[in-house]
Amino acid sequence: MTDTERHDFDVVVIGAGGAGLRAAIEARELGARTALVCKSLLGKAHTVMAEGGIAAALGSVWPEDNWEVHFRDTMRGGKMLNNWRMAQIHALEAPDRVLELEEWGALFDRTSDGRILQRDFGGHRYARLAHVGDRTGLEMIRALQHRAVEIGIDVFMECKIVRLLQDDQGAVNGAVGFFRESGRFVTFGAKAVVIATGGLGKAWKFTSNSWECTGDGMALALWAGADLIDMEAIQFHPTGMVWPPSARGLLVTEGVRGDGGVLKNRDGERFMFNYISPFFAAETADSVEEADQWYKNKRDFRRPPDLLPRDEVARAINSEVKAGRGSPHGGVFLDIASRRTPEEIRRLLPSMYHQFKELADVDITTTPMEVGPTCHYAMGGIRVEADTEATTVTGLYAAGEAAGGMHGSNRLGGNSLSDLVVFGRRAGLAAAERALGLPGIPEVSETQVAGVTEHAMSYFANQSHEDAYAVHRDLQETMQALVGIIRTEAELLEARDKLAVLTERASHCAVEGNLQFNPGWHLALDLESMLAVSNCTTLSAIERRESRGGHTREDYPGFRPEFENVNMVTRLVDGEYVLTKEPKPRMPDELATVFEEGAH
Amino acid sequence: MAIDTGPAPSQAPQPSPEPPPADLVMRLWRGDASGGRFQDYHVTPQEGEVVLDVVHRIQATQAPDLAVRWNCKAGKCGSCSAEINGRPRLMCMTRMSTLPTDEPITISPMRAFPIMRDLVTDVSYNFEVAKLIPAFKPRPRDPDGLYRMAQVDIDRGQEFHKCIECFLCQNVCHVIRDHEDNKPRYAGPRFFVRLAELEMHPLDTLDRRDYIHRDMGIGLCNITKCCTEVCPEDIHITDNAIIPLKERIVDSRYDPVAWLGRKITGRPAPLPAAQARKHTGAAHQQPAAPAPPKPGAGA
Repeated sequence: MTDTERHDFDVVVIGAGGAGLRAAIEARELGARTALVCKSLLGKAHTVMAEGGIAAALGSVWPEDNWEVHFRDTMRGGKMLNNWRMAQIHALEAPDRVLELEEWGALFDRTSDGRILQRDFGGHRYARLAHVGDRTGLEMIRALQHRAVEIGIDVFMECKIVRLLQDDQGAVNGAVGFFRESGRFVTFGAKAVVIATGGLGKAWKFTSNSWECTGDGMALALWAGADLIDMEAIQFHPTGMVWPPSARGLLVTEGVRGDGGVLKNRDGERFMFNYISPFFAAETADSVEEADQWYKNKRDFRRPPDLLPRDEVARAINSEVKAGRGSPHGGVFLDIASRRTPEEIRRLLPSMYHQFKELADVDITTTPMEVGPTCHYAMGGIRVEADTEATTVTGLYAAGEAAGGMHGSNRLGGNSLSDLVVFGRRAGLAAAERALGLPGIPEVSETQVAGVTEHAMSYFANQSHEDAYAVHRDLQETMQALVGIIRTEAELLEARDKLAVLTERASHCAVEGNLQFNPGWHLALDLESMLAVSNCTTLSAIERRESRGGHTREDYPGFRPEFENVNMVTRLVDGEYVLTKEPKPRMPDELATVFEEGAH
Repeated sequence: MAIDTGPAPSQAPQPSPEPPPADLVMRLWRGDASGGRFQDYHVTPQEGEVVLDVVHRIQATQAPDLAVRWNCKAGKCGSCSAEINGRPRLMCMTRMSTLPTDEPITISPMRAFPIMRDLVTDVSYNFEVAKLIPAFKPRPRDPDGLYRMAQVDIDRGQEFHKCIECFLCQNVCHVIRDHEDNKPRYAGPRFFVRLAELEMHPLDTLDRRDYIHRDMGIGLCNITKCCTEVCPEDIHITDNAIIPLKERIVDSRYDPVAWLGRKITGRPAPLPAAQARKHTGAAHQQPAAPAPPKPGAGA
């Protein structure tokens, strides 16, 4: 048996982005001995890439904003598939979480009277996003990181968790992983585990996601017997870079449009006016003249369609390109150069200016950007109880992108950063409460630990010509081509069959080299996660025979009432992926009035 | 295929009459704490690629166990720091088209930190220093539960908050790059930026000046501006963070009232013109950029 290092904690948090950091801070402050385990160095998680802002009804720009309007916008943006209670908690608590970040040192941009400035974003009725230029995620992760360091949380960096450990009753009581630097295995005993590992974009070819986003936490939960919900709901952000090829997929913040940027096709036409769905027609400007008035007078004019929710804009761009009206490199144009002065652009969007200048040789103060959809976010994820983030497995909690429900079938921009801190805190709280109520030290099964380490090591013994890089490339091609922004039954079935072949191939991957910082080995293990979540996404996408939010079926256009209140639930039963359709929690009638009032 | 060239750089330039694509040689440092050497990999760069793309392709096709740290590939996380042709840079923000292709492109790990494997170094020193920084201590909120700060009072702090912790400034700082023994008593440019950010934060109430002077070793910095030169976020580390910190420390010994005033307004004190000139002059006597180390010199 391989030697493993052993640590015991009350709470182990896996993932150190916004959700994981916030969960660990809460657990620690409640007195739980807390470990934070992350696959990269501390402070490098995908949260740093968040650009536009954190949505919270602070009301510092629009006093008429409040949690009910935010709740309504979130539910409508998610095409009502959201877990209503999560959306409610989120809207209620986001302002406190933003102010708390400020108390921990974050410096948000200010209004002229010194309060937190808020910015317009798609689907938000009022300017609602607290922000720091276009690098809000960095500000947030740094504030949380400093706080975590200040209160002395034990951080285990560059540590990949391979499997969770469970007691005889199935309750999670630890995790096994290894340090990437040395390859040395480590066992964590834990009374509660919080999964905060983020998303799964690396299963697609064109993605805004960073290296780490391989669906690890969703897969860990799945393997431990937890339910995943609505995995078909993948957000393709409408504006990713399309050129140069190596930068394809890189995010272009929605803040460009919030600050006045508009979408144009090859002919210079502002095509978004041709794509206003009836669902949003009442609140959307239907002419260029009205839309342009809105930038100056937001009270009396309706919002430009460029700021429709992301699923709507992504589909519109996709259609324009398909119709042959795209830009030279297969996107459309995003023009802020003709709408703002160079000084304003550099001040409001410094990272975007830098990114295009450095990577594409494009000066966005003079030239329109070329943009197109990029795989950005998983709305689906681990099924959790709204108030505690408890999964369907005892002792296991989940928060942030790894958890499902909050965003329904489409997430509004800015609602992710707030999701991280609102539900990160609640997950940390619930995990700490469980852990502090349990006596003793968790007894982990040495047999389980040995099974995990042997499995992880098995790739070194494999004798084949299969390598993880090739399987990963083929997986990305498959998901991009067959489980992309527009889906059909035939392609999804093809994807399902291909995934079976890829899963088989991945299990034979042979790894060269030794245990020390070996990316080929790390990828082989990450592939296990990516394949698991890709399977769940594909299965759910086959079964949701309608179009809703981030899930668009060419063969089933539009909403269908029989899917309105249904979650697609995937779980593993005897090693097989099983899908069931289960009713989602029903919203109380008194909340429905929010939608009536908000409709005018 | 990997071609082991041994210690002597011997690749003859391969003139290509019709670029692109031109075949070129990437000379990567391979090894671990016990030693290593440069190995050459032949690659064909594609349109618009950055160095990290090419390193990834080498990994995927020629050297699956090549260790390299990276996350975002967008210049936002600061993970992929290395020395490219001797210059400390982010691999993800260095376009191949900006590098000369008539000779091998050398990529070596950051020199100021112990090697773990290949291009990955042990940067734990930085995380240890981070634990020593006296944390942010804000004043109480206004009666309505909010904090108010003028944008002008946080502009400087926001500049410092752009730091992505790539540690290139630490890597290139002579105080620790050339003198490992200074590490226990020297925080380094990244943490002077952090300390300046705290000291200039309009809400902060703590006085860290004695600590910065006594324990963070700011006196060892002789403002050569190497850190500023390599900062991928264009933070004016020397001028805006280190020099004002040095000024405040000197000030505090003579003028506690001025310190208190600044603490209340949150505004950094303007440098007296003569002093500003003096500092700029001093900096200009130093090399504008770190001299490229000889390949393998630090390995």
